[in-house]
Amino acid sequence: MSAVGQVPVNEHAHDDHHHEGNFFTKYIFSMDHKVIAKQYLFTALFMGIIGIAMSIFFRMQLAWPAESFKIFEIFLGKWAPDGVMSQEIYLALVTIHGTIMVFFVLTQGLSGTFSNLLIPLQIGARDMASGFMNMLSYWLFFLSCIIMLSSLFIESGPASAGWTIYPPLSALPQAIGGSGLGMTLWLISMAIFIASSLLGSLNYIVTVINLRTKGMSMTRLPLTIWALFVTAIIGVVSFPVLLSAALMLIMDRSFGTSFFLSDIYIGGEVLHYQGGSPILFEHLFWFLGHPEVYIVILPAMGIASEILATNSRKPIFGYRAMIASILGIAFLSTIVWGHHMFVSGMNPFLGSVFTFTTLLIAIPSAVKAFNWITTIWKGNLQMNPSMLFSIGFVSTFITGGLTGIVLGDSTLDINVHDTYFVVAHFHLVMGISALYGMFAGIYHWFPKMFGRMMNKNLGYIHFWITIIGAYGVFFPMHFVGMAGLPRRYYDNTAFPYFDDLLEVNVLITVFAIVTALVQLVFLYNFIHSIVAGKKATANPWNSNSLEWTTPVEPIHGNWPGEIPHVYRWAYDYSKTNENGEYVIAGQDFAPQNVPLQKGEEELNH
Amino acid sequence: MTVFLIIIVVALFAITIWQLSRIFQLSRNTNSIDSSEIASDKDNRTQGNLMLAFGIAFYLFMLYNFWNFSDRALPAASSEHGADYDNLLLITMAVIMFVQVITQGLLHYFAFKYKGKKGQKALFFADNDKLEFVWTIIPVIVLAGLIIYGLFTWSDIMDVDEEDDPIVIELYAKQFSWQARYAGQDNVLGKANVRFIEGANTMGVDESDPYAMDDVITAEIHLPVNRPVLFKMRSQDVLHSAYFPHFRAQMNVVPGMITQFSFTPTVTTDEINETEYMRDKVAYINEIRREKSAELAALGEEPLSDYDQFEYYLLCNKICGVAHYNMQMKVVVETEEEFNTWMAEQKKYSETMEAATAGRQVEKNSGSELAQVEN
Repeated sequence: MSAVGQVPVNEHAHDDHHHEGNFFTKYIFSMDHKVIAKQYLFTALFMGIIGIAMSIFFRMQLAWPAESFKIFEIFLGKWAPDGVMSQEIYLALVTIHGTIMVFFVLTQGLSGTFSNLLIPLQIGARDMASGFMNMLSYWLFFLSCIIMLSSLFIESGPASAGWTIYPPLSALPQAIGGSGLGMTLWLISMAIFIASSLLGSLNYIVTVINLRTKGMSMTRLPLTIWALFVTAIIGVVSFPVLLSAALMLIMDRSFGTSFFLSDIYIGGEVLHYQGGSPILFEHLFWFLGHPEVYIVILPAMGIASEILATNSRKPIFGYRAMIASILGIAFLSTIVWGHHMFVSGMNPFLGSVFTFTTLLIAIPSAVKAFNWITTIWKGNLQMNPSMLFSIGFVSTFITGGLTGIVLGDSTLDINVHDTYFVVAHFHLVMGISALYGMFAGIYHWFPKMFGRMMNKNLGYIHFWITIIGAYGVFFPMHFVGMAGLPRRYYDNTAFPYFDDLLEVNVLITVFAIVTALVQLVFLYNFIHSIVAGKKATANPWNSNSLEWTTPVEPIHGNWPGEIPHVYRWAYDYSKTNENGEYVIAGQDFAPQNVPLQKGEEELNH
Repeated sequence: MTVFLIIIVVALFAITIWQLSRIFQLSRNTNSIDSSEIASDKDNRTQGNLMLAFGIAFYLFMLYNFWNFSDRALPAASSEHGADYDNLLLITMAVIMFVQVITQGLLHYFAFKYKGKKGQKALFFADNDKLEFVWTIIPVIVLAGLIIYGLFTWSDIMDVDEEDDPIVIELYAKQFSWQARYAGQDNVLGKANVRFIEGANTMGVDESDPYAMDDVITAEIHLPVNRPVLFKMRSQDVLHSAYFPHFRAQMNVVPGMITQFSFTPTVTTDEINETEYMRDKVAYINEIRREKSAELAALGEEPLSDYDQFEYYLLCNKICGVAHYNMQMKVVVETEEEFNTWMAEQKKYSETMEAATAGRQVEKNSGSELAQVEN
């Protein structure tokens, strides 16, 4: 059925002549999904460097409060007089770190990069449904990055009301300097980002539905595609709501409406706003904000599932349960947003409802975790760097996910809400886990993207120091939260009670600096391997999915001849006949484009 | 400007490296295909062993954290519902840590046990309905228990019973301080709105409302022990959050509406200072502060004051501006008699306003006198 929609996107692309565009159409304004994927990846990595550097800056302030650092003077300029970080820039750094990491790194670094790279390659399509929309999506993303970064250089400072930009703080320049031009730029940047994300997501959805090759039924799709497909759907459902919130906030700020503001006295005068509600904004924001964390984590889950199966030389355990739990998580993710608002002043009855739905979402998450562990059980584990990061992903996802049970319970949330406990929880479960998913994906598909291999030993160093460092940062942070220390405090020494937490903060910061520095090893490996890595073979990991049937040197249209047909699911690893021999003699994997062998039974997956 | 220069220098440097590596690359043959970047049996063995080592180290690190840092967690709750809260938290934590220890153990042990070897056959094990049913149903049951316990506690906490005769106190938040307004003898707060703010009437209390006359505005909160208290919260500018960590109480303070939270304090300030936990904590903090003071003295700077005794506090826990980190108010829990004595010393709203008006009058008079003299 899926073959019906299979029209070659570029009729002549798979002919012998390879049409050469000029430099601009080939590398800059390219409509080729593989080039766009790389553009997303490079942009996201660049933004990631900035986001992580920011976090190191404010971690230094927390560990050594009000101390002077040369590095602050260099990078923060007037915001760090004599090298001492100012209160304004502390909040700005926290805000922009959050914004950049959540939207620009984890959303587009994962979904943007891997949807573009993998959807056509793994479903057997020559390109995305609309190459032009795809290009547009990237360039809008690029524009939103530029606007966000430009806000760092303006006189009144970048947005500094927290990445959740709750009004009235974000609406009133009198309340905080960053809510002037900085906030305007933030909102414009996000509005463009949302447009970009929607164009991308619609394209992904249409491509997965329409352009699957012959034989590629939905139940034969690799889990990466399922995850990316469902991620795109969540994006289409929830991002428009953030757009409406942003537009209303722009109206409140610039045109005097009162959607979110009421009864405000500031700077010695009563403002005219009447009848608005900040809680309305919270509802709208989290209607996106919560699905957003699943937009970030689902692609990582898909990537980890694929890599764990490939490197365990085993089928993913419970393929159908994995799909069901992706769908379950996606559905539930849109009805749990209220758990960010238990103590916001909304009706406590709503709190009960959201507690219920929130704890429900733990069930599909638990199923996934158990399935991953069972996947590596009795495997023949190939410890490539991508495999290590996938195992690390499962580990941090469990550690971070479990504390969600505390936060999702309205009662327990009362006292840990907005403390460092929350910071520790979401950094482990969506920050670090998603980053591991991204690293796993980069190590695994690097040969596909660049035709070369990354250095494995540098990969091992990168992994081990990162996992030790990341746990070193975020595990002790739970205890800081349990001590009742609120987040977004510039300084914890303003009163003596928290003095005994300073040493914990120093420990955390030291781990953070080490972890950030080891990312340079990754960057070096990444850049060096692009230009001078060892040449890759067509299928270095002995993987089953279709992308490994394309030539090493990427071409426009992906396959030089006809698009391969698919005869089996993506997880026939170590499948044996009744006599105990592999179905394909001497080979422990059976790629999707290999027809069923004589006497082989297709399992009903 | 320097920032731009640095960025340009870094960019040029990166381009140089890139070009150098291109030359380097052209000068050697990288076309030979080998599998040296794919994990070999030796890598599998090393990394598998490291996985086991990491699993053990992670256990030890978790133990270290609990051993060293759990004494920093908040002391037992000083409020009535706080006991339930602590109990629920303990149960939840026990469940979480149990699952954490089991799953992390399995994950890292399997990674070690099944590390790849040439010729080793993986088990083709694609699904098993029974297993999946088991690990769907177990979380369902455990979570159902937690949800039910949690929801009962939640409705107990959030259900404010006016018949308990709680003391009504308004918490008023603004950048970057708190004020409290006791409802006074009638226990009814006078109406208020930011539009009434003028001169000494900084909280915008309606001066024409008779209920307002006996209200008492204070800069710290005193609470009689074992008597329910109902906080009504109002903000004049941005979102704040009233966070009483020791009473397991928190509620956002939202401009344009009144939010509320009620609890019953059960431990007085004096009592909590007598506990072993608090004595140790204060002593430890003083130790830290003296060390720090010695360092400061060496630099010729002012030493830190000692931490005399623990006081409860109210913190702001919703980002509200640059001095968010220092928006706090002292809370004192004391016996009924002490509370009444303290209350008797406070000025009523009507008295405050009269004094202010009188003050203004005096000012005006003296001003006109001055003007006359100048004339």
